[in-house]
Amino acid sequence: MLRRLAAPIAALFLALFASLALAIGVDEPLADPAAEQRAREISRSLRCLVCQNQSIEDSNAALARDLRRIVRERIEAGDSDGQVRAYLVARYGDWVLLNPPFKATTYLLWFAPLLLLMLAIGGVMLYYRHLRARARSEAEPAALSAEEQGRIKELLSERTGP
Amino acid sequence: MAGVKLRPHHIAPVAIFAIVAVFLYWGLYLNPRQIPTALKSKPVPEFELPPVQGRSLGLSSEHLRAGEVTLVNVFASWCVPCRIEHPLLMELHAKEEVTIHGLNYKDPPRQAAAFLDELGDPYSRTGADPTGRVGIDWGVYGVPETFVVTRDGRIACKHIGPLTPNDVRDKILPLVRALKADPKQEKTC
Repeated sequence: MLRRLAAPIAALFLALFASLALAIGVDEPLADPAAEQRAREISRSLRCLVCQNQSIEDSNAALARDLRRIVRERIEAGDSDGQVRAYLVARYGDWVLLNPPFKATTYLLWFAPLLLLMLAIGGVMLYYRHLRARARSEAEPAALSAEEQGRIKELLSERTGP
Repeated sequence: MAGVKLRPHHIAPVAIFAIVAVFLYWGLYLNPRQIPTALKSKPVPEFELPPVQGRSLGLSSEHLRAGEVTLVNVFASWCVPCRIEHPLLMELHAKEEVTIHGLNYKDPPRQAAAFLDELGDPYSRTGADPTGRVGIDWGVYGVPETFVVTRDGRIACKHIGPLTPNDVRDKILPLVRALKADPKQEKTC
């Protein structure tokens, strides 16, 4: 029920947010082109928390607009790129970064592809070793034991007997 | 298959499928909108806001450190789910078990006042945040949001989206009671 209503409700929100945002004011680019370029780069690396899979640079949600303005404010205040990101991470957590940071809790995330690749290579190697072992055992049958040799001799001597 | 010995590589595909299935099943019940707050156990951000139009008591971080377990509810008149959860806040207010403060997020003053006049005012104090700056310091991104604040002014819990009677009964009130009883104020949700 709620799921089915989600789209119209989201549309309504968007309309409301958009009208509200207009009242607050639109983006004002920084006067210094280099600083503005930095602001855009940083904005592209930050997640819009309302739309989740867009960066705040791409999103037209009101919150994204506010965050874009905060990025520019922090740059004007003399923050480095890392400090601007840290400012938002302190409020919204690592989730706000589109690139998850490399730390103890995310090792599994970063290493999982490598781990899976190694597992897969290991599996394929085991499989081929198994195949090769079987092919070899079929190509050259095991040597006869002494007991079997004796039995053959016995049978042969029976046939050539008187 | 009769007579063939079951070897690890016979079971592996089934085992891998089972593991993947368990994770996918678990994933079905995860809510991507519920992002753990970065502020958990941290002091509330520093702020000082005037009250919503027509009310006399504003809200600041000072008030949240005053030695009382409180709820801070982020609301706005334009927020439809806020309307849905509002009767529950009124009910909670009537029970007098916990003080509720309101953070009015990005709301035109007159509309915020009209919202509370129409639906009732469950808040002991309100803070009007028309630009949403204080909201951003609180990590707000989807109203309504409800924070449980410890006696010494730290964030013990953040609930995103409208509260339901179950949330209040199973999550919010038990935490409030635990915090009231807990001298260390370390309980979180």
